[in-house]
Amino acid sequence: MEALPLDEKINDLKVVLKVEDFQQLLDALIRRDYQVVGPTLKEGAVVYDSLTRVSQLPAGWTDEQQAGHYSLKKRSDQAYFGYGVGPQSWKKFLFPPRITLWKQKSPGEAPEPAELPQDAPRYAFLGVRACELKAITLQDQVFLTGPFIDPIYQARREKVFIVAVNCGQAGANCFCASVGSGPQVTQGYDLALTEVTAAPEAYFLVEVGSQAGQTLLNEVTHRPATGKEVAEARQVVERAASEMSKSLATADLKDFLYTNYENPYWAEVAGRCLACANCTLVCPTCFCTSPEDVSDLTGQVTEHRRRWDSCFSLDFSYLHGGSVRPSRQSRYRQWLTHKLGTWQDQFGEIGCVGCGRCITWCPVGIDLTTEIRALRQAAATLTAGTETNPKSDER
Amino acid sequence: MSAEVVVNVPVQARLLEKRRESPDTFTLTLESPPSISGGKFFFAPGQFNMLGVPGLGEVPISISGDPANPKKLVHTVRAVGNITEAITATHPGACLTVRGPFGAGWPVDQTRTGSKEIIVVAGGVGLPPLRPAIYHFLANPALYPVVTLLYGARNPLDLVFKRELEQWTKRSRMRVEITVDRAGSSGWLGRVGVVTNLIGQVKFNPDRVTALVCGPEIMLRYTLMELEKRGVGPANIYVSMERNMQCGTRFCGHCQWGPYFICKDGPVFRYDHIKDWFSLQEI
Repeated sequence: MEALPLDEKINDLKVVLKVEDFQQLLDALIRRDYQVVGPTLKEGAVVYDSLTRVSQLPAGWTDEQQAGHYSLKKRSDQAYFGYGVGPQSWKKFLFPPRITLWKQKSPGEAPEPAELPQDAPRYAFLGVRACELKAITLQDQVFLTGPFIDPIYQARREKVFIVAVNCGQAGANCFCASVGSGPQVTQGYDLALTEVTAAPEAYFLVEVGSQAGQTLLNEVTHRPATGKEVAEARQVVERAASEMSKSLATADLKDFLYTNYENPYWAEVAGRCLACANCTLVCPTCFCTSPEDVSDLTGQVTEHRRRWDSCFSLDFSYLHGGSVRPSRQSRYRQWLTHKLGTWQDQFGEIGCVGCGRCITWCPVGIDLTTEIRALRQAAATLTAGTETNPKSDER
Repeated sequence: MSAEVVVNVPVQARLLEKRRESPDTFTLTLESPPSISGGKFFFAPGQFNMLGVPGLGEVPISISGDPANPKKLVHTVRAVGNITEAITATHPGACLTVRGPFGAGWPVDQTRTGSKEIIVVAGGVGLPPLRPAIYHFLANPALYPVVTLLYGARNPLDLVFKRELEQWTKRSRMRVEITVDRAGSSGWLGRVGVVTNLIGQVKFNPDRVTALVCGPEIMLRYTLMELEKRGVGPANIYVSMERNMQCGTRFCGHCQWGPYFICKDGPVFRYDHIKDWFSLQEI
């Protein structure tokens, strides 16, 4: 997206895009050489994949999410974006799960980058939620703020066009409002849509967030929004915010976690955690990788690749004959403490956007919002115990 | 380091010389490649490179050469896994890949004002990452008139840089004390016992000394205890940490240690900055 400063007029611009003209938006993006990726149904879930037609969107579908549960069901209307976030996030495009970093054509030759920035794909993301936009900015901090910059991420990020979508409903595992990342998109988009389905005629309220968004919108049939339409769109987002049942108190979270490495409750969570790494793979901010070095059959041509990895594996912290975090307890603690605590020292804010994916896709339904509460409870009980039983130190 | 270094790809460096230090440890001298940002290779004592063998992978190895002689890039590598075995099996004339240098090094430019004494405590292959700092101290006698090296290894065979240790022993401004955990049947006539024992035995002024420590983590723990017992303040102790490292550029996440990325914030830390983390297990 283009980081041009916007004048007030553009920023305030709100227009209406009729549902029947929606295809024009995709056509305009495709004409501009974007590879449009957005939500579509696949293998029983809403996933992000290449799109050319609005008919590929999951119109009329929604999802039902609980801890450890996800299923699709029909909606009563034909909303295109009437679902919560699915198992995938946009990081699979900006930060590919597997990618070759460099190649060596023969042992004598110098290694070369496998991809030049100009050859990186030019994506247009369609349907980016507020929490996902926040997740992108968190990964920006990881890959673009130095001391080193990742050229793979940088090339994709600089080219991407973002069509955000405000949420009209909250999933059962959503808690974006409490961590301040949603449900309303506020910045970082080229165009932002709010889908209004309840009116006599469904429409999108479109807000412009960049010069590139403005230029693109000029190629799509639209008209200025009325005050009533703006108000209707606002209600859509307000409904999502009011529906949200989960929350995470973040104010003292870092200090709490830093003083609770020895909290006995970690062992309780670890008793349920399978260390399967699902949470880290569905998390839109998790960024850990491992290298893979491969050669062809002759051993002459070699490649250095990287793939997503997870702090839940034993190998992840392997050092001199063993893992630094052999217990599952220490690995769960590492993940949660990094996400909510040490991330703040590393990047200035928490690494969680409240999307709830780690709750939905945990096979045993571990819910970090519940676990944080339980950890706090355990810490409080321990403190109370120490106060009422001064002899407890004598053990 | 500039915040603008976009880098992913290593450069090739020719192996000029290989010297066996101990049964499994070799010192490799490479022709100095361009640095990661494209210019001349320059490194600070305590920094490391990702050394690689194409098709096999990369490992983080501290630079063990003289920072004042940047034309040669020297690493001392212990063969403990398939990549380090392949690196140490490389013949002179062949190439390795290099990415670096990475990390924060020893406090050679920031030893506290008025600090006139340096004590270096090394265990096993913990000495190679300290050698560039020792070279620097020896080259600047006005700043560092007294340098003490306490060096321990499991057995006499595992001592690295033997010839140089002898030379250092002869230098008037350098005190070198060497010990081995077990002498075995080697005919060793020197000290026997762990290196941490030496800390209580050598003379230094705890108020004026800056300590540099590198070795296995268990040795670090006891060394820090002994130094504190002698009255050395945690702010005057520097320690080199080690964790699994895959990229050197703070992206892979493996080297996290509490809030720190060892590859970026370390590997050398001032002890008072990490003291709280040091006491925690499995972090």
